[in-house]
Amino acid sequence: MAGESFLYQFNALAGGFFLLCTFGMVATRQVQGCLRFFVLQSLFLAASAFVLGLRPLSWHLLAVAAINVVNKPILIPWLLRRTIPEEVHTRREITQVLNIPASLLIALGIAVGAYFLTLPWVSLAGTSYAGVNIPIGLAALLLGAFTLTVRREAVPQLLGLMAMENGAFFTSIAIAPELHLFVELVVAFDVLIAVFVIGVLTTAIHEHIGTTEVGSLAVLREESSR
Amino acid sequence: MIVHLVYNLLQVAVVMAFAPLLAGVTNRLKEIVQSKRGASIIQPYRDIWKLFHKNEVISDQSSWIFRFTPYVVFIVPLFVTLLIPVLTSYPLFFAFMGDMLGGGFVLALGGFFFTLAAVDTANPYGAMGASRTRLVGFLAEPVFMIVFFTVSFVAGSTIPYIVQQAWVQPLSNFFEPAHVLVMLAFFILILAEGGRIPVDNPSGHFELAMIDESKGLEFSGPAAALMKWGGEMKLFVLICIFLNVLVTPWGLAASTTFSNVLLAIPLVLLKILIFVLVLVAVESSLAKLRLFRISEFLGVAFITSVAAMIMSLFAG
Repeated sequence: MAGESFLYQFNALAGGFFLLCTFGMVATRQVQGCLRFFVLQSLFLAASAFVLGLRPLSWHLLAVAAINVVNKPILIPWLLRRTIPEEVHTRREITQVLNIPASLLIALGIAVGAYFLTLPWVSLAGTSYAGVNIPIGLAALLLGAFTLTVRREAVPQLLGLMAMENGAFFTSIAIAPELHLFVELVVAFDVLIAVFVIGVLTTAIHEHIGTTEVGSLAVLREESSR
Repeated sequence: MIVHLVYNLLQVAVVMAFAPLLAGVTNRLKEIVQSKRGASIIQPYRDIWKLFHKNEVISDQSSWIFRFTPYVVFIVPLFVTLLIPVLTSYPLFFAFMGDMLGGGFVLALGGFFFTLAAVDTANPYGAMGASRTRLVGFLAEPVFMIVFFTVSFVAGSTIPYIVQQAWVQPLSNFFEPAHVLVMLAFFILILAEGGRIPVDNPSGHFELAMIDESKGLEFSGPAAALMKWGGEMKLFVLICIFLNVLVTPWGLAASTTFSNVLLAIPLVLLKILIFVLVLVAVESSLAKLRLFRISEFLGVAFITSVAAMIMSLFAG
């Protein structure tokens, strides 16, 4: 059917942009730019959930899309802005663990690896959408973990964690479309609380040591006894 | 068969005639965005005309490469024009003489001679521009390759006339992620190869910052005219490959009647105008990157093209 193939391509397109946004989060230097890519990524996740929910019509998935649109692009940036001082948002990461081309190449290897890893699962899942959603979701999950390791700023690390969550979501909407709505709501609130806690923690670190470059907090320095 | 040959030559004539207009319109639009009045859109024609009537100065220290290069730079885009669809959506006389990879190699030949000629006269800026062009070129090369690989995975061929049909039959293929991502990657490539703003500033004449411009400083008179015209045609050809092969064949003539092919000329120019509007928007909103940030910019194109390739490979 013509409509079906259009829906399939739109979902695949959302998946492609979802993957690109994840790469963008690995590669951008600015905290603000990283946040922007995260917002876009969540919007593409919502778009994919919306397309998947259309046929066969599934209110769960449409609700997932709605929750995602409200939660991630609006509430999380708002919460971050409220808890973390403005100075942190305009920060730019000068010293990465790896330089950007190298980390992009590694990220690319991770994405290709995710495709090979999920090859057997895709045939198990059976639905046509799974071929797009499972590998890209896993790739986003792994790339989020990679962001956590190579970033030194606190906020991009938090966003890496959120990207992992987005990746897991992206896979789950294809293989478990009838997940109870209650679970989705719990996850959404969990994410908000995680953002809030990490935001408060970042502010505390910022006040204490004047920086949010948590990556360089590797050595324990005992305070001298008075 | 003979009519195919005629149309093929008509394509060459169209590229030769309208390439300076493309440069003129782009410059004028950019000036308007910067709230200046700007030169007339036919200024590039006047420049070429004027340069053809000037005397030529050639350094006696230079070799045959310097004299030979303007002809190579001028001819090369015309050869590529024979291979790609500019006006028609069915293959023409020379269509199967070379695929997109072949066209890329032919274009690279022009760049190769241009680089050699820039070094030839021992002008320090020439060598600087040449080495920078090579830097951009070798960063762009893998993206070109992967774009062509993706295209061949999707269409099963790299002949441009066959590729262009694969994107729209059936229509939902247009939204295929491989297609959209390849378009994105190739757009970045055009910015890099055409010496456009995030990579190079085409209107800047500050010696230390320029890439493309500094290579042609030693040319004068008719040689300079040929170089200028050739450069404009190269951009025109790249845009034609982008719009007609990688985006859609819409607007191209589908039948062999002469009126249809003539009608395709304004339609293709309209497509190019839309592209130019996007180009001007990009050029006016971005700042030129520092030289060592270019690798990151083209890294984005590389990532995009590889994402396109793996998505088309595993789509099954």
